[in-house]
Amino acid sequence: MYPEIHFLLNDREIRISEHPAVLVLDYLRGSERLVGVKEGCREGDCGACTVLVGELSGEQVVYKPVTSCLMPVGELYGKHLVTIEGLNMPHLSPVQQAIVDEGATQCGFCTPGIVVSLTGYLMEDHQEITKEGVKKYLSGHLCRCTGYRSLKQSVDHFKKTLDNNKGIGFLVANKMIPAYFREIPARLRRIPEISMRKEENTPDFFIAGGTDIYLQKNELLPESRICVLNGQPEMKGVFKKNGYLHIGALTTFEEFAQHTGIIRIIPYIREYMFQIASLQIRNRATLGGNIINASPIGDMTILLLALESLLVFKDGERSRTVPITSFYKGYKQLDKTSTEILTEILIPEPVSGVLINFEKVSKRKCLDVASVNSAMKVRCEDGIIRDIGLAMGGVAPVPLFLKATCQHFLGKQVSGELIEDAFPIIQKEISPIGDVRGSACYKRLLARQLCIAHFTKIFPEKVKVRDFYGTH
Amino acid sequence: MERIDAAAHTRGESQYLDDMPLPGEMLYASVFSSPVMHGKILSLHTEDAYSLQGVVAVLTSKDIPGENQVGPIIHDEELLASSEVCYVGQPVAIVVGTSPEIAMKGVKRIVMNVTELPAVTDPKEAFLQGKIIGAPRTFTLGDVDTVWQNCDFIVEGACDIGGQEHVYLETQRARAIPLEGKSLRIHSSTQSPNAVQRYAAKILGIPASSIEVDVKRLGGAFGGKEDQATPWACMAALAAWYTRKPVELVLRRADDIRMTGKRHPYKSDFKIGVTKEGKILAYEVKHYQNSGATADLSTAVLERTLFHSTNSYFIPNVRIFGVCCQTNLLSNTAFRGFGAPQGMFVMESAITKVSEKLGIPREEIQEKNLLKENDLFPYGQRARYCHIGDTWNKAAERYDLPKIRQDIEDYNQTHFETKKGFALMPVCFGISFTTTYMNQASALVHVYTDGSVSVSTGGVEMGQGLTTNLVIAAARAFGIEGHRIKIETTNTTRIANMSPSAASSTTVLNGNAMLRAILQILDRLKSLIIKELRVPDKDKITVVNEKVFYDGLETGWGWEQLVQTAYLNRIDLSAHGFFASPEIYFDKTKEKGHPFVYHVVGTAIIEVTLDCLRGTYDMSSVKIVHDPGRPLNEHVCRGQIEGGLAQGLGWMTMEDLRFNEKGQLLSGNLATYKVPDVYFMPDDIKIEFLENGKILGPYGSKAVGEPPLMYGIGVFFALRYAMLAFKPHKEFTFASPLTPERILLQLYSEYLNK
Repeated sequence: MYPEIHFLLNDREIRISEHPAVLVLDYLRGSERLVGVKEGCREGDCGACTVLVGELSGEQVVYKPVTSCLMPVGELYGKHLVTIEGLNMPHLSPVQQAIVDEGATQCGFCTPGIVVSLTGYLMEDHQEITKEGVKKYLSGHLCRCTGYRSLKQSVDHFKKTLDNNKGIGFLVANKMIPAYFREIPARLRRIPEISMRKEENTPDFFIAGGTDIYLQKNELLPESRICVLNGQPEMKGVFKKNGYLHIGALTTFEEFAQHTGIIRIIPYIREYMFQIASLQIRNRATLGGNIINASPIGDMTILLLALESLLVFKDGERSRTVPITSFYKGYKQLDKTSTEILTEILIPEPVSGVLINFEKVSKRKCLDVASVNSAMKVRCEDGIIRDIGLAMGGVAPVPLFLKATCQHFLGKQVSGELIEDAFPIIQKEISPIGDVRGSACYKRLLARQLCIAHFTKIFPEKVKVRDFYGTH
Repeated sequence: MERIDAAAHTRGESQYLDDMPLPGEMLYASVFSSPVMHGKILSLHTEDAYSLQGVVAVLTSKDIPGENQVGPIIHDEELLASSEVCYVGQPVAIVVGTSPEIAMKGVKRIVMNVTELPAVTDPKEAFLQGKIIGAPRTFTLGDVDTVWQNCDFIVEGACDIGGQEHVYLETQRARAIPLEGKSLRIHSSTQSPNAVQRYAAKILGIPASSIEVDVKRLGGAFGGKEDQATPWACMAALAAWYTRKPVELVLRRADDIRMTGKRHPYKSDFKIGVTKEGKILAYEVKHYQNSGATADLSTAVLERTLFHSTNSYFIPNVRIFGVCCQTNLLSNTAFRGFGAPQGMFVMESAITKVSEKLGIPREEIQEKNLLKENDLFPYGQRARYCHIGDTWNKAAERYDLPKIRQDIEDYNQTHFETKKGFALMPVCFGISFTTTYMNQASALVHVYTDGSVSVSTGGVEMGQGLTTNLVIAAARAFGIEGHRIKIETTNTTRIANMSPSAASSTTVLNGNAMLRAILQILDRLKSLIIKELRVPDKDKITVVNEKVFYDGLETGWGWEQLVQTAYLNRIDLSAHGFFASPEIYFDKTKEKGHPFVYHVVGTAIIEVTLDCLRGTYDMSSVKIVHDPGRPLNEHVCRGQIEGGLAQGLGWMTMEDLRFNEKGQLLSGNLATYKVPDVYFMPDDIKIEFLENGKILGPYGSKAVGEPPLMYGIGVFFALRYAMLAFKPHKEFTFASPLTPERILLQLYSEYLNK
């Protein structure tokens, strides 16, 4: 028998005892036969299985769209799970009506998921309805029929019908979502809090956001001893202490990108996010998971590498800090024991003048895995580089910190020549292999191009792209 | 009017195959497939799978009671490989279990011993080895050989065109339910219920009449379920036959991509001769189609490549050669455009190369050679009502082509690391199944005594808007409101011998068949009412807005009264309608004829911005003038154009099928095979319609499904324009898809290995 999972599903209170690693998607379609939830890919790429997950935040419940194909049911405890069925009313909601009026549905298979996401958008408080906002919420949805134009057009309908108002209160009052949403905060509060069960002392797998482990171990997980990490509040959130930004390992990409402390350090983090992952994935994927997954191409890992972050591990009462730059020993080989858990990531609070840039090139510009990604942190004093961190992904068996290249730059003046001189050093440091993301020679070329991109973006007055094509 | 199914779609209440309530005792099937490209099967060990708790059956070719054959045109495709496997992913055995997970686990326990045989993946190499399917085909017009000497310039080149995965959001699936006696009902996500019926019967060795195939709707198909839905339905049928229980087979995405065919990759060589003014005098092209392991629909796809090899242009001297080359890859199949996109891509490449060599703008050469009324296609048909020039001129004028060109030139003068590019893409696409006999359809219409109407046709709703179009046409024909019309599932017991829903012809064929049935019922009703009203002229009776008029005057009779009276007078309120497209034929011995009822035409202008540092790009805008006839429903029509465009843009840019040297697909899931997303598609998409008179579809509507895909071809040449703006003296290839990798490696070839 597995521990009971007590949660709300649409307007119903549910208690189930499923294996905690069972996918929410399989539970919804299999056990509940809520078949408005569609399975399109089972890997978080198409969004057809999108549901809203609501969590208490103070007096309110905050809803986020996530892909149910990458979420374990074990995480549902105390939450409100909303499927398309839970959004239906006798009349059409503004989202549904907009799609009907625009003819923005053809085969219809992706449509329920899209309705769920866009409803999530309208449930968000205090923000103007914008075209970019609609696109952000459509970002994790593949529609093979419409070409998206008609879906994007729904923004005009929302603006008209909702008079630019958003938020759950407004929607309930205007019968734009079912009335039961009003009672949800109280009903969630009535679900007894449980101290996070120590499900397994030595689990086979720890699941954080699950967005990658479910791709790799999909069939294995529901038969293994697992530990669902989410729900441990001490491992979430961002705070400042002793010259470091402390980031809980379970902080999601989206929480990270929206945090004012992070935005201060990495001003363009929200723009990078559009390339990194869809909203549904950003709502699930965690920084810790990205680091431990040890993919040589993890976007957040590359960023944290360039920032020369520290990793804090706990093993029972024992604690250990490892610089991320020395954490990766080989392909998926980590400086970590099997019982150690990554709890925190520490980013050194930058001295003023530190500039950061992130670059990523992938087959599809947004929401794709990179061919090569790279991040650079640099600080100049009187034109001299005093501090630099350059990291690159997809060019080695590990997320690579380009130590020798950084050494080359230190103490020197930024110039085209300096950067040209760095190219052979970069090429020596990297060792890409050809794969589905690109050939080895392409990745080598990208390494050069992205280095140029970093410097020309950060120091536009000192170096220009044109400088590197003298023979043009 | 809104789409008939839109509201239910948005509520998640539209039922797809496995959304239907589960029958008790349901079993689930999963498929074991070949891990190697080519090999002799030495032995197949299924005992371990059998011993797994919950596994009910493991079925191999030996368990097939009928004929182990599903090849649609040429009988070269076994349902389950018996002695030899010819590609990675070829089905060999089926495991049936009490849950999908158990069946999948069973599959993992099957062991097959194989002696590997030599394999080939390149179509030209296969051709040289004599591995071809069917006979090579050649279309000719005029005399290319003698005309080369009259040309001022002759340019030659080669294209390497990539395939494309369909990515229908709903993967392949079927549910088979044993009925009493030796009969089965199969729910299949298929564009071709008739094919499922025919092959399931053949596999089981029973008459077609013992198999009922029922199709409610498809979650996308795009050609991928025209022929390749059949095997999965047959496997479910075989499993249900064997176990006497309902069996469902749903492919997971990774299995679907790994095991199903795609758009055909081509290698093509061209030679084009022009005058110094850019008039094309001669064009010769050789298409080597990568058909994959079996024939499937490849020969028909190739035929359409030949039909559309000169796209929208009149070229007086042409020789078009094409051959289906058999390789050890997935068996490629129908995909929106059906061979035409490849033919058009080569034509556009040839024109582009001429333009680059001569320094004449691409669009000038295109315009100079556009088809005019009565021009001859290489296949012997004359261009009639084929207003390609009008769409071109309207696009140039409405979207201000001179300004587009000027703005781009100005931008490129003042920008270094980003460049803009544009291209025009005219499309002329013939409508009909090129296999003439397939241009037939039937319909069954019932009127019930309460005035409601049931319509069955052989057409399958797959998102293309068939049901909406049928409701509109039926309501208009009867003169009643749309809510009275119900479009039934597509079912082989109601409609026999239906053609697949394909070739953009589903509404045309089935809509016309339905109208013929309706006219019969109306005729009977009119005969009744002139008797009742004691008026002489049946032809003066009309039904409009549910009211009966005589000679334009209200008679006081309404629809319901009319129907009830007819019933009481023992008038037949049901009718069967049949339609066959008129005037089409094609003589394959001469390669001449009149294969198309008409052509759909249009012109697109595509603008892009290229990041020359990173090799990445943005679609800036797509502006189209399209000839839709008189669309029955504008939402449906625009949706088809925009969706087709998106697939075309994806095919040319990011949709990249990569196999390793073992023939395994590397881009075998949606994490590695990318399709256009909301950010990729431009915000600026404009579509104007060309008002056009003479049309043959129901109420003047024209086919729309496939042609818009080919607008997307323009993006390749727009990107190439931008690449040339950055590196004007470089030679670039005509290899697609034009991924950021292909762009960067070409822009910076001199920096490689440095």
